[in-house]
Amino acid sequence: MNKILILAEAKENTFKSNAFEAVSAGKHIAEALGTGIDVITITDAPAEQLTTLGKYGASKVYHLSLSELNSKGPAGIKYSHSAIAAAAANFANANGYEIIIISGTSFGKEIAPMISVKTDSAIITDCTGYTVNGGKISLKRPSYAGKCNTIVNYSSGKAVITLRPNVFKAEVSETTPEVEKITPDKVNISAADFKSCVTDVVVSSGKLDVAEADIIVSGGRGLRNPESFKLVEDLAAVLGAATGASRAVVDAGWRPHGEQVGQTGKTVSPSLYVACGISGAIQHLAGMSSSKFIVAINKDKDAPIFQVADYGIVGDVFEILPAMTEEIKKLKV
Amino acid sequence: MKIVVCVSLVPDSTTKVKVGSSGKSIDETGVTYIINPYDEFAVEEAVQLKEKNGGEVTAISVGTERSKEAIKKAFQMGADKGILVKSDTADNDSFTVAKNLASAIKELSPDIIFFGKQSIDYDGSVVTGMTAELLGLPFVNVVTKLELNGNEATAEREIEGGKEIVKTSLPAVFGAQKGLNNPRYPNLKSIMASKSKPIEEKPFLNERKTEVAEMSLPESKGQGKIFTDGVSNVPELVRLLREEAKVI
Ligand SMILES: Cc1cc2nc3c(=O)[nH]c(=O)nc-3n(C[C@H](O)[C@H](O)[C@H](O)COP(=O)(O)OP(=O)(O)OC[C@H]3O[C@@H](n4cnc5c(N)ncnc54)[C@H](O)[C@@H]3O)c2cc1C
Ligand SMILES: Nc1ncnc2c1ncn2[C@@H]1O[C@H](COP(=O)(O)O)[C@@H](O)[C@H]1O
Repeated sequence: MNKILILAEAKENTFKSNAFEAVSAGKHIAEALGTGIDVITITDAPAEQLTTLGKYGASKVYHLSLSELNSKGPAGIKYSHSAIAAAAANFANANGYEIIIISGTSFGKEIAPMISVKTDSAIITDCTGYTVNGGKISLKRPSYAGKCNTIVNYSSGKAVITLRPNVFKAEVSETTPEVEKITPDKVNISAADFKSCVTDVVVSSGKLDVAEADIIVSGGRGLRNPESFKLVEDLAAVLGAATGASRAVVDAGWRPHGEQVGQTGKTVSPSLYVACGISGAIQHLAGMSSSKFIVAINKDKDAPIFQVADYGIVGDVFEILPAMTEEIKKLKV
Repeated sequence: MKIVVCVSLVPDSTTKVKVGSSGKSIDETGVTYIINPYDEFAVEEAVQLKEKNGGEVTAISVGTERSKEAIKKAFQMGADKGILVKSDTADNDSFTVAKNLASAIKELSPDIIFFGKQSIDYDGSVVTGMTAELLGLPFVNVVTKLELNGNEATAEREIEGGKEIVKTSLPAVFGAQKGLNNPRYPNLKSIMASKSKPIEEKPFLNERKTEVAEMSLPESKGQGKIFTDGVSNVPELVRLLREEAKVI
């Protein structure tokens, strides 16, 4: 079997944990299949950044410079999903990779379908687990908003797999990677590949986003008014956490949509999710039930959130949140 | 303008999912089906474009006879014509759906095509991008704002911690996210008018590349440690988070 190709996403020239998770998971799958991994990355990250991928098991990194790639497209763009997908797919086709693994970030989700068509592969997205049996990979993925898990097999020889961020461990296995530069011409990129071009990226507030946070403190209608979200923010601040929200409070205009967790908001899998004054409606659970630890604070002991909680306190958020903030402050001094 | 919108019929989001006897799909008894909620944003955007620029909106679905319900909902919101690519079963994989949508769309050569950003049954978030790629068209998914200017489109796309401004030429494919617009509630007049709108049926081709081997309900977490003495439990909770869960 051929080597597995991992596409490592660099955001603003640095690799985030999701790229390392993809390398690590790819390495495990490759070992089980009796093969190895190669990594491709399209970025202007400096050389010392590229070698950090080695810490997670990449021994070979193919590097395509983003600015060189962009020089083939219209002037003044930040990047082009379609051109990046074309470069990765052409590289995979030319070198016979059968499996391509990508982290399912907003970037990964955008390029994966294009790559799957260009490489004539099956696609299995948002995977949270895998098993390897007799040289075949089966993927586990949540569906119906996390209400059930499906095990998916693919019948075509090739597959593009995206991994739900934060689910797989980035395990250190020190290697020093060999970095090989590739050029846009080598992967046959022309102006026609720049079908969609990102001309600007607007950062909403500089705040940590729920989709990337390791700890999330979320508030719901139990907070009663927008002002009392200060209590949620204070706890988040001492934990270095992102703040999240239920749809009820987003719809009420108390919190921005970017904070909404759930079926019509974001899907998150942090290490710790603290739900404050949130009832735990099925659509909210859809977005957070794969969190590693869930803490619920709710004055109603029968609130459905307690059914998925690992820890919880039945009580008033207005008393418990300030007390938690103080207690955690004590740990930090 | 020739506008296409792709709509999927899915179980209502409040459905209690049970695994069916095959172990590979859900038990359909008692399930209520609705148009995929994100596809409502797609239909609304399509209809608003028609109202502004004139033209025609065609709603396409791949699925069983039942999927006509999604097309009818699009009719009530203002779509003009429907196409059902009719399959025997509802559990087609994403590639098959994309292939069938692409061939139906190709015949229409539309100026613009709308999808939802994700279906709430399989939750794949892939049909949109695959269909676009099969058609050789540009695509932007998770779109919260769209502006057209002649042959150019500028879309805002939601990403972690912000948004991207993405430019494409038309024809192009867009996947609608909440925030793009406010889907209308059909009024009596539009419901009456929808009854005479035609749905054409097209043959289906099975092209699947993936199989569901097994479906199961997530293991329940077991009972968590829930304290009932309010604020006095805070020190113990914090201790457990630190020493037992080791997350803070
Ligand atoms: C198609 C669809 C999609 C949806 N998508 C989402 C989604 O993405 N995300 C989402 O969150 N929801 C979503 N919803 C809405 C969801 O069904 C719920 O309505 C929503 O999650 C409820 O928000 P909440 O828990 O903040 O409010 P409520 O359900 O009103 O719960 C408030 C909770 O606060 C508790 N409380 C009140 N006062 C206090 C206090 N002083 N101290 C402690 N606890 C207190 C109450 O006991 C109650 O449990 C969706 C619904 C639909 C139909
Ligand atoms: N069977 C289908 N028929 C028509 N459109 C579909 C179908 N399945 C998915 N779609 C479209 O593709 C989008 C993304 O679906 P998915 O990739 O399943 O998350 C949906 O919001 C629909 O617009």
